[in-house]
Amino acid sequence: MTRTFTTSRRVLQQLSHDPRSIAMIVLLPSILLALFKYIYDGQPAIFNRVGPQMLGLFPFIVMFLVTSVTMVRERTSGTLERLLTTPLKRGELIGGYAIAFGIAALVQALVSSGVAIWLLDLDVQTPWAIVLFAVVDAVLGTALGLLMSAFARTEFQAVQFMPLVVVPQILLCGLLAPRDSLPKVLNWISDALPLSYATDSFSELANSDVWSSTLGRNLGILVGCCVVAIALASLTLRRRTP
Amino acid sequence: MLNNAIEVADLKVIRGGKTVLPGLDLSVPTGSVTGLLGPSGSGKTTLIRCIAGIQIVAAGTVTVLGEPAGTARNRARVGYVTQASSVYPDLTVRQNLAYFSSLAGKDGGAITSTIADVGLTSRAGALTGNLSGGERIRVSLAAALLADPELYLLDEPTVGLDPVLRRDLWEMFRRLADDGKTLLVSSHVMDEASRCDRVLLMRDGQLIADATPDELRSQAGTDDLEEAFLVLAERDVTP
Repeated sequence: MTRTFTTSRRVLQQLSHDPRSIAMIVLLPSILLALFKYIYDGQPAIFNRVGPQMLGLFPFIVMFLVTSVTMVRERTSGTLERLLTTPLKRGELIGGYAIAFGIAALVQALVSSGVAIWLLDLDVQTPWAIVLFAVVDAVLGTALGLLMSAFARTEFQAVQFMPLVVVPQILLCGLLAPRDSLPKVLNWISDALPLSYATDSFSELANSDVWSSTLGRNLGILVGCCVVAIALASLTLRRRTP
Repeated sequence: MLNNAIEVADLKVIRGGKTVLPGLDLSVPTGSVTGLLGPSGSGKTTLIRCIAGIQIVAAGTVTVLGEPAGTARNRARVGYVTQASSVYPDLTVRQNLAYFSSLAGKDGGAITSTIADVGLTSRAGALTGNLSGGERIRVSLAAALLADPELYLLDEPTVGLDPVLRRDLWEMFRRLADDGKTLLVSSHVMDEASRCDRVLLMRDGQLIADATPDELRSQAGTDDLEEAFLVLAERDVTP
């Protein structure tokens, strides 16, 4: 377990030497939210309906990118190969990454939710639930980023996984059109994509002030997807390579 | 104690459809500095990767410290320093070493003295990415030293270093061997062979000599090791 935490500390130390990335992680979602609010300046109802969904979406995208690129860098720089010759276990490495970026994701979700609720006057009744789902979304981005990094040979390829993995989820998650109104096949696909459950939850949280069983189920599905993605990611690490 | 830290038998490795090691047999005695010499592309790195247990092998056995290469126990007893200095450029020297030391289960008490051993005391707080190539190699080496392994696999550790530093490092390798550690050091600089107890000479994935530096000189009939290698390499060419 110690090796997991020293790995998290190492990843956060690396991040601490990169103030620009910290600024991007912490501030970017808030800036995009502010932009979104002022685009619909005359229609606050739209911001109140879509704002919470955005709150879940931006951390997902940002953390997916940050994680997949960082992990590809580890693979291509030779440090991964070296780590695999040490007593470090594969699960400890991936777990260390997940915890480090999970912490970054928590900070990001707290800042962006705080900005949305107090500065941008987003009208929500249960801010803690909004923050909770935003964090889980960010961790989901991290988990999928860890997994997808296995399929990228270069950082350039890793960035291009964003349109492949993230954009379809955005299109089908119910943000553009309600999921019920989608053609049957698309609705099925939408049911299979984790971001749909996040967006459903944010839509519900935008209108309601009670914690429903649907929210609990959705949270379970999202956490389950994170666990599966992280487990698959550690299976993609091979000690012996050709 | 085992007589041989490394025993390789009939090792065959195929990479990208090309046979890199066609069937290698060799051994490395415990407590020695063994040089692995040969031109680039002769299979040195592939052999070291096999011993580290991270290379997929087609056939043959690699026994390291009495166990198959790459077992969990061996990962704690074997230190592998890759040719590219595989340390984190976006960490300071001290942070890098603290991480690798903790992976080896050490408390980090030896970090400061190890930084001094590789001559980087004044650079301890610098970002590793801002160091020169030679300094980065030394950070990478220090990371292996901190794990205090029984067997060191050093892939071209002295490339790009100035003569003074090279001498200092070879003296350090000697001290480690005197303490009972085993070192396998690859190089393509032939005069470094003179600092080894034994020299394994490779060409095209084959072992063309396994001898002490003096034996190499007498086999080739020359005092110059650079020339000795050329003589032995050409002699062995089969039409």
